Amino acid sequence: MGGKILLEKINIPGIETFDIYRKSGGYSAVEKALKTMTPAEVVEEVRKSGLRGRGGAGFPTGMKWGFIDRKSEKPHYLICNADESEPGTFKDRYLMEHLPHLLIEGMICSAFALEAKTAYIYIRGEFKYLIGILNKALSEAYANGFLGKNILGTSYCLDIYVHPGAGAYICGEETALIESLEGKRGNPRLKPPFPAFFGLYSCPTVVNNVETLAAVTSILNMGGDFYSKLGNGKSTGTKLISACGNINKPGVYEIEMGITVEDFIYSEKYCGGIKGGKNLKAVVPGGSSVPVLPAQLILKTASGQPRLMTYESLAEGGFETGTMLGSGGFIVYDEDQCMVRNTMSFARFYHHESCGQCSPCREGTGWQERLLYRIEHGLGRAKDIDLLADISKHIEGNTICPLGDAAAWPVSSAIRHFRNEFEFHIEHPEIVKNISHGNIDKYRK
Amino acid sequence: MSENHNKHEIYKREGKLYKFSDYTLKRVNEIIERYPEGKQKSALIPLLHIAQEEFGGSLNADIMDYVAGLLSIKPIEVYEVATFYSQFYLDNVGKYVIEICQTGPCLACGGDEMIDYLKTKLGIEAGETTADGIFTLKQVECLGACGYAPVMQVNTCFHENLTKERIDEIIDLYKNQAEKPQSNDEKWVEKFYLRK
Repeated sequence: MGGKILLEKINIPGIETFDIYRKSGGYSAVEKALKTMTPAEVVEEVRKSGLRGRGGAGFPTGMKWGFIDRKSEKPHYLICNADESEPGTFKDRYLMEHLPHLLIEGMICSAFALEAKTAYIYIRGEFKYLIGILNKALSEAYANGFLGKNILGTSYCLDIYVHPGAGAYICGEETALIESLEGKRGNPRLKPPFPAFFGLYSCPTVVNNVETLAAVTSILNMGGDFYSKLGNGKSTGTKLISACGNINKPGVYEIEMGITVEDFIYSEKYCGGIKGGKNLKAVVPGGSSVPVLPAQLILKTASGQPRLMTYESLAEGGFETGTMLGSGGFIVYDEDQCMVRNTMSFARFYHHESCGQCSPCREGTGWQERLLYRIEHGLGRAKDIDLLADISKHIEGNTICPLGDAAAWPVSSAIRHFRNEFEFHIEHPEIVKNISHGNIDKYRK
Repeated sequence: MSENHNKHEIYKREGKLYKFSDYTLKRVNEIIERYPEGKQKSALIPLLHIAQEEFGGSLNADIMDYVAGLLSIKPIEVYEVATFYSQFYLDNVGKYVIEICQTGPCLACGGDEMIDYLKTKLGIEAGETTADGIFTLKQVECLGACGYAPVMQVNTCFHENLTKERIDEIIDLYKNQAEKPQSNDEKWVEKFYLRK
C-alpha cells in the first residue's frame, strides 16, 4: 500500500544536484504555478489537498495560508521551519540532506502563493553541515533562473536565505522562531495577533515545516484533489515517520496515512520488529511531547480496533487511552526500558529548553525534573507521584506557548500508564539505586 | 535557557581589540545585507557563530561588544542573546567540543553507557576541558539524529551509532589531527553561511 511521493526519487544517484533533479522532472511544479496559476489558485489547490502542517500541530496548511493579510502594504514573508529539535524526530534533516531541491521547489511555489518576495530557512544551529548543502542547492537554483529576479521570465522575484539558530528547542515554536530571526532571545509571543498579520518585522508571515513545504511540490504536480484521496479521512497524503529506539531498522519512512501501527512496527518494510526479538513495552509515536502509550493501547484502541497511523486514530480515546501523531518522531521502547528513567530524561529536556517567560513552565519543569530524578535514584517519597501529577496538571494550558503542554504530557501520561513502575521505584529504593536502568519487572518479587 | 548563565563571567574583559579579517568582514557585510534595511540585528546569531569560530571557540564581553558595534546595537542586546542559546560558549573551551546526547531515544539505545565511557576515557566530567586543552565535553539535549543513536557531535561533525570502539577511534582521530580543520579557514565562513 502506498507509493512514495516525497521520497520517490531519493534513490536516484546525484538527486541532490540541480541537473539530476531537473532531469528527473524536478521544478515542474514551479513552472506550473508561476506560468499557469495565480497565487490564489495555488492556495486553493493546497486547501483542497487537505495537507496538514507536518511540524507537529497538524493545522491545515491551506487555512493557515488563507489567513495571510493580503490587504497589507507591507512585504510578506515565508519562513521554513527547519529547527527540528523534537526528541525522536529527524525527518527534516533527512529530507534536506538528500532532497534539498524538493524543499526549495516547494518553497518557491509556496512563496509565490503567499506573494512573498523573501523567504528564510531557519535551521537549527546543530545542523551546520546542512547549511552548506542548502546553500549549494540554492546557488544552483539561482544560476538556473529559478530564484532571483523575474523567475522563468515572469514578473515574480524571490530570494531565499538560510538562517542558523544556535541550539534552542523553543525556536521551533513559530513566534519564538520569528523573535530569534529578528536577532533576539527565543521567547514566544502572545497570540493573537497571529503571524499572518504581525509576523517577522511586524509583517504578514507564514511559518511552515520543511516537510509541509516539500509536500506542496507534490500537491501542485498531482493536483489537490488527487492528493486528498491519498491517506485516510482527514489525514490526507503521506507522512514521513522517523522511527527510532529499540527496533531493528531505525530510519525515516514515508507512509501513506492509514497503515496500522502494528504493521509499521513489525513489517520488514518499516521498523522490522523489536530488536533482539524482545517484547514491545511502549511507544511515543509523535516526538517526545506526545503522551506515551503502553503496547496494548498503541496496537489497539481502547475499543479494540486496530490503531492506524493517522492523526485521528492515534488520538482516539483522548489522553486517557490515546496520543497524537505529532511530528512523526516514533520512539519504540522494548520490555527492558525503564519508563521512569525515560520520563526523567524528557523532563530534563523540557527544563533545559524552557525559555523562562511563564512561571508555570519555568518553575514547573524544574520541579518535574527534580522529583523524577529523586524517584529514579531511589530517593522518592510516597507522595511524590501525586505531587508530580499535580505539577504537570498545573503547567498544562497555563503558558503562552505549547512548550508547557509538551513538558506536562510525557509526565502525566507516564504516570497514567506506568504508575506501577513509579511505585516500585519508591517502594524499593535499594534496588533502583543499584541498577542504572533496565526492566524493573525482573526485580519484582 | 542555559541553566548556568549566572555562573559565566560574561563581563570578563581582556581589553583586547578583536577584529574580523578583511575577508571575513566582507562576508559579514554580505550576511547583514540579507535582511531589510534597519533590521540588521537579524544577523546577530550568524555573526556570533562566526565570531565564536574566528576568535578561539568562545565568546567574551570584548567580542560581544565588537559584534554589537558591527550591527549598531547595544551590547546588552548581544549579551542577552549569547546567554540564551546553548551553542554560544561563554567559558573557554578546548580545541574540540564534544557534545554527547543525553535525551530519551539515545538513552534507550545505550547512550548513558557511552557518556560514562567518554568521561572515563577523557578523565573529565561534563562541562570540563581536558588538561591538554584538546577536548571539552558537554552533555546536551537531543541532536536530532535519534535513528542513529547513540549520537555525539564534535564541533560540526556528527558521529553516530556510537560504541566504545567507535569512541576510541574518534578520539584518536581528533587527537592526532594537529590542526583543527576549520579554524582560520576562510572558506569555512563561505561554506556555511553564504551562497555564491
